[in-house]
Amino acid sequence: MYVYDAFDRTLVNERVAEFRDQVARRLSGELTEEEFKPLRLMNGVYLQLHAYMLRTAIPYGTLSSAQLRMLAHVARKYDRGYGHFTTRQNIQYHWIKLEELPDAMADLASVGMHGMQTSGNVVRNITTDQWAGVAPDEIEDPRVFAEIIRQHVTLHPEFSFMPRKFKIAVGASAHDRAALRIHDLALRLHRNEAGELSFEVMVGGGLGRTPFLAKTIKPFLQKRDVLSYVEAILRTYNQFGRRDNIYKARIKILVHELGAEAFAKEVDAEWQSIKDGALVLDDAVVTEIAARFSYPAYKKLDDSPPEFLAARRADRHFDTWVGNCVANHKVPGYAIVTLSLKPEGGTPGDATAEQMDKIAELADRYSFGEIRVGHEQNLALPHVEQRDLAALWRALDDIGVAVPNVNLVSDIISCPGLDYCSLANARSIPIAQELTRRFHNLDLQRDLGRLHINISGCINACGHHHVGHIGILGVEKNGEEFYQITLGGKADENAKLGDLIGPAVPYAQVADVVEDIAAAYLELRERPDELFIDTVKRTGIEPFRERVYAAR
Amino acid sequence: MTSPLEQKKIKVTGPVVVTANRTGDGAVVYRGSDGSWTERLNAAAVVTDAAGAQALMAGALADDLGAVGPYIAPVKLLPSGGVWPGNLRELIRLNGPTIELPVEAAAPPVLEKSAAHVRL
Repeated sequence: MYVYDAFDRTLVNERVAEFRDQVARRLSGELTEEEFKPLRLMNGVYLQLHAYMLRTAIPYGTLSSAQLRMLAHVARKYDRGYGHFTTRQNIQYHWIKLEELPDAMADLASVGMHGMQTSGNVVRNITTDQWAGVAPDEIEDPRVFAEIIRQHVTLHPEFSFMPRKFKIAVGASAHDRAALRIHDLALRLHRNEAGELSFEVMVGGGLGRTPFLAKTIKPFLQKRDVLSYVEAILRTYNQFGRRDNIYKARIKILVHELGAEAFAKEVDAEWQSIKDGALVLDDAVVTEIAARFSYPAYKKLDDSPPEFLAARRADRHFDTWVGNCVANHKVPGYAIVTLSLKPEGGTPGDATAEQMDKIAELADRYSFGEIRVGHEQNLALPHVEQRDLAALWRALDDIGVAVPNVNLVSDIISCPGLDYCSLANARSIPIAQELTRRFHNLDLQRDLGRLHINISGCINACGHHHVGHIGILGVEKNGEEFYQITLGGKADENAKLGDLIGPAVPYAQVADVVEDIAAAYLELRERPDELFIDTVKRTGIEPFRERVYAAR
Repeated sequence: MTSPLEQKKIKVTGPVVVTANRTGDGAVVYRGSDGSWTERLNAAAVVTDAAGAQALMAGALADDLGAVGPYIAPVKLLPSGGVWPGNLRELIRLNGPTIELPVEAAAPPVLEKSAAHVRL
């Protein structure tokens, strides 16, 4: 956990007081909506179809049990008893009232939480691997650098009115769990050939109506230079990014039009003037920030304790859950547990206040009071003793978050779609729900193996449909909901944008189409362990296209 | 900012209402013929020509304190005399999400709902 200090608390509390005054002036008529809108957006307050929506940041996906309890409290007191975990390590409340927002924000501020950097043309909530600090394949905890950048850019006047929003992700593992390549700016900690730690810097990724994967503009950046180089990128974007056309304003367009090499030269020129100045991260600075992350006092334990192995042998369901939801931890005797928020027929990413409270309690009992939030819209308990897994599993199952479907076909990433969002053209959630019903048989899901479905209700791509193994994009045609299907996308270290398989299909046919695609895969794969994504890569989309459209 | 009334010429090809979100709580509201906002679509002022829509919009825009983001939305007139949303988006705005909410009991009753949720 990151331990906030008095400065952080003052900043957040002052923001609440400021917003309380702004809301009062809005409700008295002193501020018009035109004047108020940019102020509310600076605090993550949107207006959706039926109500205001409050987006609250969960920096680098790390929550304490006290924070999760507060999220439950806000859901219960100010909303309708639930919250929605998004694809960017935020939580959204969809039914919040403007009149009550200052109180809700004050409650969130009491545990250091806020909506800053969740909206507007600023550096958004910086995301990372939800297994940061515990993943065995991690080089160093990426949250330290995420926090350093977060501190620097929060309320930074130079970066508060950029051409468009700016999303940064930081990773430090060989396996990319943070979808780095789809970010405006991504940093990946790795070792160079000499064994020295450095960051690979990628820019210009993003989805939306013009999707691009980020391009590497600097393969090796020393840790000391991270802040100055990030600042140079932001300045270059601020200077050259287009402000005349919202559809061409993201940095991905600038990098694409200028070319990555030319963009890198501009960045480098800017960087030369600041690289040895105040932004140098000397070891003392990094150590100081790192010291404010508290790590559990792990016990000295062995992997695979006898009681854990016996429980696996004794209960097939527990064994299945372990195989699907439990991952290796960097510390022997511990495990990382993923909590699926994708029950059959449920809304991906939704959690009730009761579930949040119970998960907070279980985190206190089994995971040093810590919870993680991943961009896949699931939660994780990052420090569970392996010998506690059986008891934890039973408790998680009681509240419906032990479905062993992580990374399987029903572990669907979905935006809220037209059921909530004023930008959406079509619904996402009912599509996801129908698919979880069609594929409810876990044996079938396991046979299909790793298969990511991503659904977006509009071209803005909050459901990351371009990088779904199967991507589903809702569009509107003559007042009806239609859906475009893409295949072969992925968001990991081998990120790729999916390919469109053909004309959009109507709402009622989407689940049938996905079933056809799954059936085609089962016939096309060369062997049972050839993953869906590998089959698509080998065969191309043509055999899937034929299967889908032959009968339509 | 250019007024929405000036941004584009209002075209009306069928029955329409003016709708917005109430400032205090964001609830979906419709412009009534008496110049007030109502949560009931059946109580909304329905007009069928550009002049009528423009008049409703002018009143709505003048009441920035009452409701946010007014716009013209199509409706259908039912044989029974009732008013029904003209498209899916407006149907969802009127009746709420088409899905079960995770915590149904917490949702306050909406007067005009004929059923808990719309099945499409």
